[in-house]
Amino acid sequence: MSYLQKSPWIIHYDASSCNGCDIEVLACLTPLYDVERFGILNTGNPKHADIFVITGGVNEINKEVVKNIYDQMPHPKVVVAVGICACSGGVFKECYNISGGVATVIPVDIYVPGCAARPESIIDGIVQALSILEQKRNSMKTGVEGTA
Amino acid sequence: MSKKIIVPFGPQHPVLPEPIHLDLVLEDERVIEAIPSIGYVHRGLEKLVEKRDYKDYVFISERICGICSFIHGATYCQAVEQVMGVEIPRRAEFLRAIWSEYSRMHSHLLWLGCFADSMGYENLFMDCWKVREKILDVLERTTGGRVIQGVNRVGGVSRDMDKEELNRIKSEIPGLRADYVELTRIFDEDLTVQSRTKGIGMLPKDTAWELGAVGPTIRGSGHAVDARMTGYGAYDELDFKPVVRTEGDCHARCMVRTGELFTSLDLIENAIDRIPEGDIIVPVKGNPSGEYYAQTEQPRGEVIHYVKANGKKNLLRHRVRTPTLANVPALVQMLAGCELADVPVIVLTIDPCIGCMER
Repeated sequence: MSYLQKSPWIIHYDASSCNGCDIEVLACLTPLYDVERFGILNTGNPKHADIFVITGGVNEINKEVVKNIYDQMPHPKVVVAVGICACSGGVFKECYNISGGVATVIPVDIYVPGCAARPESIIDGIVQALSILEQKRNSMKTGVEGTA
Repeated sequence: MSKKIIVPFGPQHPVLPEPIHLDLVLEDERVIEAIPSIGYVHRGLEKLVEKRDYKDYVFISERICGICSFIHGATYCQAVEQVMGVEIPRRAEFLRAIWSEYSRMHSHLLWLGCFADSMGYENLFMDCWKVREKILDVLERTTGGRVIQGVNRVGGVSRDMDKEELNRIKSEIPGLRADYVELTRIFDEDLTVQSRTKGIGMLPKDTAWELGAVGPTIRGSGHAVDARMTGYGAYDELDFKPVVRTEGDCHARCMVRTGELFTSLDLIENAIDRIPEGDIIVPVKGNPSGEYYAQTEQPRGEVIHYVKANGKKNLLRHRVRTPTLANVPALVQMLAGCELADVPVIVLTIDPCIGCMER
């Protein structure tokens, strides 16, 4: 965890999930798992956030909302898709209203599978997101890769 | 007096764990009308019955909602079993009742935490969720899943609890009861909670009945309406009394839920004492034909699963009437006339589960 030099803030949005993963994301913040001890805070404001934690398969009406939140987040930013619905659509893949994963709408950096994803794997996903965030920050500084 | 303005609330909002959109028509700080619009979690999973085998569909019905998942699965199974005339083992009914009550407790503790958070009472939120982890530990130990259990089958349940496990569950109950006493004391007596909830979001007794509210929302307004009183499954053998409050405000609905935590513990103790020995599942052959309404009590109120089949392996129709949808008219009524700052508290008192409502 040597790369945890800053306090990353996460924003969570439920894009048509069944709530199972959402309550597990919330469980990460509460006393048993307590990611706040690493300085990872939950925020409701996209403009304050570094990491976008998104659950669910994204239905038609939600596409615009997801894009809107993503566009409002400042660079560098990382997207973590939590749960199998967010990864690929999961059991709802064949539903007429589901686009089949977050990656169909915005670029995803980390996939956390599971139905519902366990808090341990969500935390692992967020920790991996931190190193990608650091890479993106460095490439922004050096200007090697443009805005990631 | 200023002119009317409309404030959009949601779908992405800091106090809402789930997306719902409300247009709040304001006159100064007072809400004169709330217009809900939904659809952000609609997946169209009722339509999936046409693509999936009726036995596989149990797992999709569990994923209608991740909070009340177990009871959705159990209700769907009940409906299909009734259509097919399958009599499931008594032990399976008792196990379903035990797990149902555990999932009710985890849902209520989750709600109590989110409710405290909507008042800005972060510490109480953490306390509620700390207790909730003990419930999830039991669910994980006995079923293998924390929030989605996946033990329901058409014809029974797939996992049993041995004597040792039942005794262990029973020995943990006094500890949980002590935790609940402490939480109830805070929600009942704390000045912060009282000032944010008493007399706020009134739902008079007659209005609650006319609007067809269900669950803790109507029980907080003085009606003893609870599907467990109908004695489905193992509930006909368990001693059950609904928790009812008469005030009809946010505080009353909160106290109904804290009261139900104790009711659930009593029901679990009761079920462990009376659980019969025997099989947990019967083999189910053939395809269903006919239709049935199964009615059970969710943490949020009465839920109805309607299934219709015509002898094929895919059902013709599966329809769910969820408690949140029944409570939205009551919510609109409660919001009219409140102050803008109270909106999050009032929205949460119906325990909105948008995942259930829109499916």
